[in-house]
Amino acid sequence: MEKDKKSEIQLLLTPPPHIKAEESVRGLMSSVIIALIPTTITGIYFFGIPSIVTIFVAAVSSILFEFFYQKIVRKENTISDSSAALTGLLLGLNLPAGFPWWGTVIGSFIAIVVVKHLFGGLGFNIFNPALAARVFLLISWPLQMSTYPKPASIFSGLVPAGIKQGVDAVTAATPLTVVKTIQLSHDLSRSIETATKISWFDLLIGNRGGSIGEVSVIALLVGGIYLIYKRTITWHIPLSFILTTAFFSTIAHLVNPDTTANPVFHLLNGGLFLGAFFMATDYVTSPITKKGMVIFGIGCGFLTVVIRQHGSYPEGVSFAILLMNMTAPLIDKYLRQRKFGG
Amino acid sequence: MTFRGGIHTPEEKDRTKGLPIQTAPLPPKVVIPLSQHSGAVCEPVVNKGDVVKKGQKIGEGKGPVTSTIHSSLSGKVVDISPHPHPFGSSVLSVVIESDGKDEWTPVLKENEDYLSFDTQKLKEIVREAGIVGLGGAQFPTHVKLSPPDGNGIEYVILNGAECEPFVTSDHRLMVEKSSEIIEGLNIIIKILSAKKGFIGIEKNKPDAISTFNSQLSRPTIVGTPNSQLEVVDLNIKYPQGSEKQLIKSIVNREVPADKLPVDIGVVVNNVGTAYAVYEAVRYGKPLIERVITITGNGVKEPRNLLVRIGTSFDFLIQNCGGFAGEPEKVIMGGPMMGIAQYTLDVPVIKGTSGIVVFLKESTSPHPSLQRRGLRGDEYLPCIRCGRCIDSCPMGISPNLYGLYAERGMIEGGRDFIDEAQKWDVMDCIECGICSYVCPSNRPLVQFIKYLKSEVKKKTKNGKR
Repeated sequence: MEKDKKSEIQLLLTPPPHIKAEESVRGLMSSVIIALIPTTITGIYFFGIPSIVTIFVAAVSSILFEFFYQKIVRKENTISDSSAALTGLLLGLNLPAGFPWWGTVIGSFIAIVVVKHLFGGLGFNIFNPALAARVFLLISWPLQMSTYPKPASIFSGLVPAGIKQGVDAVTAATPLTVVKTIQLSHDLSRSIETATKISWFDLLIGNRGGSIGEVSVIALLVGGIYLIYKRTITWHIPLSFILTTAFFSTIAHLVNPDTTANPVFHLLNGGLFLGAFFMATDYVTSPITKKGMVIFGIGCGFLTVVIRQHGSYPEGVSFAILLMNMTAPLIDKYLRQRKFGG
Repeated sequence: MTFRGGIHTPEEKDRTKGLPIQTAPLPPKVVIPLSQHSGAVCEPVVNKGDVVKKGQKIGEGKGPVTSTIHSSLSGKVVDISPHPHPFGSSVLSVVIESDGKDEWTPVLKENEDYLSFDTQKLKEIVREAGIVGLGGAQFPTHVKLSPPDGNGIEYVILNGAECEPFVTSDHRLMVEKSSEIIEGLNIIIKILSAKKGFIGIEKNKPDAISTFNSQLSRPTIVGTPNSQLEVVDLNIKYPQGSEKQLIKSIVNREVPADKLPVDIGVVVNNVGTAYAVYEAVRYGKPLIERVITITGNGVKEPRNLLVRIGTSFDFLIQNCGGFAGEPEKVIMGGPMMGIAQYTLDVPVIKGTSGIVVFLKESTSPHPSLQRRGLRGDEYLPCIRCGRCIDSCPMGISPNLYGLYAERGMIEGGRDFIDEAQKWDVMDCIECGICSYVCPSNRPLVQFIKYLKSEVKKKTKNGKR
């Protein structure tokens, strides 16, 4: 009898380790989504209903593209790992409020189908999907991609600025566009200094023209610090990215104070914080070692300043990150961590 | 001072860390495998039907790296045939039925004057006693104590880190047998003519640390002056008890890849091994029993037990009140590196530090997989989060090995083996951290074992 009872026991045979950390892909993606909540809220606050539409269309169409792509190619469905939702959210935050919905859908298609899945799906893409889609849209529809609704001042009443203005919001050039226009026109009648007069407070809270998720430096910083605190990301890429941007924009400003904006302006404008904390830190498309991450961040910062100063586009963060995405495999290859006893 | 990388696992030691070592009852029979050590398998020196005494030699190995095996009770040899071994395969084993008398073999010799013995004699005693590394590696101790000529040994380190979760056998041994362990360390130091001895203990065992410190505060017991011995409290970090990482933490030296600790003048032994050395040298006792922890949420009454080699897991689990529910997994050793068992008929061997039993719910798949309805063996692609790289104590690249192994297994290509080798896959100590931290649930240790075996196959073929 005893023998029989024993042989009934079915023991599970699996290789060690027999315990596992709690962290999961979905958990990591979700913490990034949570970290994006502050900047999503400020974006909606400043740009109103059109921004909600843009974000919603981007997120939903991204998830649907992943679902249907995997259905068509008969691959296992992976939308529950939340990475498609995150890509969609990031894409929405990278677009100007009121961007045509069909353009947003095309952006999702580029991000999910072309950049992510045609390269092999999660883990195998070379470029950050949301960012590649943003740049694709920028090059294809430069006018729509540069038409930023003007945010209203935070003091203009209890009704959120964007909602009050509605769809007919006045459009505004971003501060970086103003700088680029002056640089390109060689019109020194307006000095950069006066043309870019915008209060630091407005820049910090996000009361300026720009894509939905990039305007509020404070909200992005809160999200970024949350990610570092949760150990979802480390400081290496964001800090080296931002410090390098500060360093080279300082040099540029010292060399040419008349035609360049000051470094604080460079840091608080454009998509630097969104890029540094949320786009450049994408695991799949950035280096895997800490040393490599610092090099990557430095490269991003340097290219950002170069493009802002010398390129024909006013903003360089997206291009800089995409260019550095291409170098990530090389950086990983040549900057291995030191092995024990080696 | 510590090593780079490593992780904090849940400790899970509370169940047993305060429980004194109890002696397990005499089992009705023991199954003693003739391979409980690295190196050549022993030949049986008894025949079926022979009457044996406790401590009598029943197996002897030939060659430079091997060991000896002894009967752990008195009785009759009823069978010599292959039996399930906790490492997974079947191994030739001597089955002895107890006569209930538990009589020692008369040839054992107590040595009160062991301090006057010369190195050669001490080593001979260790060899004859069948002592192997009790931390789990089971490397024959007399071989470790015979470094090649010209390798002067500076430091002897006793490994009392016990970084595996759940297991507390070394912890209890250190608390209860500290002076014996110190004497064992003295004997090892004498054999190796080492300059200094360390006992490394993780800080989560303050009672063990203070016990040793009060022992060492006396000027000397016998032999080595206590000023040459030092207790080192180690960071609580897995894998602190891994030989190379332990050496780094204590003497700040790194064992180069494909070298051994002796090459940098260090010899590491488990605290249990030092205790066995003392018992053998002082009382002539061969290694026929050891302390193990029987624990986990699947055991009704977790315990630290002194058990005879060859006792079946089943007997011991019954002795701890049986299962506390439906068991899903029975592990020999800790949950990070231990081996899951398919049967409870396997015996305790010299390298068994514990038996951990998990109930059904506790070993179910990773929570994220559960939510998605995936099985425990399903996994996602690498997202290059870098967690395995950051926590790898060897500073190598588990993420890449996963990709190479997948490529090799799916495409059958050969160049991936060279690539993996170039990326130092052979340096892996298989501590399990990469699999533990991977958010995609990738079985990285398995991938690495596969690559290692492929590399070994290749180098073997190349030599021919």
